[in-house]
Amino acid sequence: MSLTLAARNGQSTEAAKRAASPLAIRGMTVSYGQKPAIFSVDMTVQPGSMTAIIGPNGAGKSTLLKAALGILTPLAGETTAFGRSVAQVRDRIAYVPQRASVDWDFPTRVIDVVLMGLYGQLGLLGRVRSHHRARAMDCLERVGMDGFATRQIGQLSGGQQQRVFLARALAQDADLYLLDEPFAGVDAATEKAIITVLKSLRDAGKTVVAVHHDLSTVIEYFDHVFLINTRRVAEGPVAEVFNEKTLQEAYGGRLAGAQMDALGGVLA
Amino acid sequence: MIFDALTLQLGYNATLVTLGAALLGMAAGVGGTFLFLRKRALVSDAISHATLPGVGLAFMVMVAMGGDGRNLIGLLIGAALSAGIGLLILSWLSNRTRLNEDAAIGAVLSVFFGFGIVLLTIIQTMTSGRQAGLEGFLLGSTAGMLRVDAMVIAISAALTLALVLLLRRPLTLASFDPEFATSIGQNVRRTDLAMMGIVLAVTVVGLKIVGLILIVALLIIPPVTARFWTERADHVVILSGALGGISAFVGAALSAALPDLPTGPIIVLVGFCLFGLSLLLAPGRGVLSAVVRHRSYQRRVHLRQGLLALAQGQPIYEKLTLKLLRNEGWALPDGVATDQGRARAARALLDETRWQLIRRDPSFEAAAAHYDGLTPIERVLTADQIIEIDGRIPVPEVAS
Repeated sequence: MSLTLAARNGQSTEAAKRAASPLAIRGMTVSYGQKPAIFSVDMTVQPGSMTAIIGPNGAGKSTLLKAALGILTPLAGETTAFGRSVAQVRDRIAYVPQRASVDWDFPTRVIDVVLMGLYGQLGLLGRVRSHHRARAMDCLERVGMDGFATRQIGQLSGGQQQRVFLARALAQDADLYLLDEPFAGVDAATEKAIITVLKSLRDAGKTVVAVHHDLSTVIEYFDHVFLINTRRVAEGPVAEVFNEKTLQEAYGGRLAGAQMDALGGVLA
Repeated sequence: MIFDALTLQLGYNATLVTLGAALLGMAAGVGGTFLFLRKRALVSDAISHATLPGVGLAFMVMVAMGGDGRNLIGLLIGAALSAGIGLLILSWLSNRTRLNEDAAIGAVLSVFFGFGIVLLTIIQTMTSGRQAGLEGFLLGSTAGMLRVDAMVIAISAALTLALVLLLRRPLTLASFDPEFATSIGQNVRRTDLAMMGIVLAVTVVGLKIVGLILIVALLIIPPVTARFWTERADHVVILSGALGGISAFVGAALSAALPDLPTGPIIVLVGFCLFGLSLLLAPGRGVLSAVVRHRSYQRRVHLRQGLLALAQGQPIYEKLTLKLLRNEGWALPDGVATDQGRARAARALLDETRWQLIRRDPSFEAAAAHYDGLTPIERVLTADQIIEIDGRIPVPEVAS
């Protein structure tokens, strides 16, 4: 009797956690063809946290984000954001895709890309007014790109392009920021600029979730971590779950001994 | 004669055709822009070829019902229906089977066109089919254009323009960053469908004037041409509409003025002339400007390398380098620096030394990223920073 009560209590606290979470994923399975990219994954992002999604190549890190946002159609599973369906709260979510996913020769300028972050609010025909432009310029300034507003986006370096994408997300003024490999292939100055902005978002009470591939910076940059290798391996505060055991489990034999040694200094 | 045509003084029918063509050209230029930006230009070729069976079947149905098989509205409805079916098959093939879009385009295009030709041949053998003139849909024919035909074209063109204006933001997002578009709640599939609907409408309406084989040119050449002149998607749309309108207007006027010149092909050739000019002459993206830019860059690289060699007392091997240095008056024919050349060389070496210093210093990382061997360091650092840098280094020796 008391056992079932405890179980029910456990269930209801789980449900309450999911309802309060900026992003809660349950039983998510996505497959390309017959091979699942992620299998029955649960994730509950802590409000106000900065969470790294880490795992080896092909572990389904990007797939998880895309499926949560409906960019990919999952085979099974459901996603809630702020306790409601994602479709109902899209204006509170900003997504930064991988830089390689777009054509940088597209005829558009830096400022135009940032203004795209306001499209949701502008609607189909709303005119872009001077306060919209000022807002876009503010966002560019926050990532140190205000001097590039009228450049065609293809003329930027990879790191600069990534910062423009981040500025677009800032323009959305969201409560949850989802970033797919924001630090991939960027220079150190850009990495510093991006992490500064992300931390300022977290300090302002926003939630940040980023697909991350550099294990050596996880502790410095993030407070929560989500390890995945097709299935969820571990999830929680960095100090509790980011350790040799979970990393071995997520990366299997793929994490070279040398990498492990390099991490030895930073791991708990 | 040509002037008369361009100023619409060649009589009622020629004026009707010219104005109708100009409107169609505008609609095609605007409607084709996002097809081009979405990198799906050839889908329009499949759509246009898929209209042919519809034209043939519509003719047969109208004759069977005792009407006039040549009724344009009826034929265009048939064309739209069969093009729509072709489009559905195309998207099914490329989304749901292992065929890529290019293979699917080839399959739909050839099968529908082949079927259409069979129908046209059968119609030729029908008693009522002799005078049908359906071959006109292949390459366009403006001879018997009626006022009502021109009105249909005008209304469709206006609707297309309005629709593109209304959907410009979703269309831009779907072309540039479909994942982001989805993340803000846009239904990208529906946007793509709307884009295809616009293209289908332009194609069907353009059948009469340019014909199904060449309509793809009207959809694609104007945006490609416009792209040479601007780096902004909204400007590409406007320019492309203008270029399409001008090509069609001039082409239709030419073919009205000079007998025996077919309208559709002339329009396409006028459009191609504008494309050729843009390809050569456009400022940022044109071929000539690229050559000029490359030459000037090469010249600056050679001068810089030559100056550094002079400063370090090394011999200059490359003829081009020596020639450029001599032209500037910085070196003598035997490769010895002039006084002016020595001063320049010293400055180049100082600049290079400063660059190498900040490239080694992580605190200058952002500035050091601008290093390309050519940019003077004054452009990246303030005077104070340069003084600070100079304090760290021994003044470079200058070969004297």
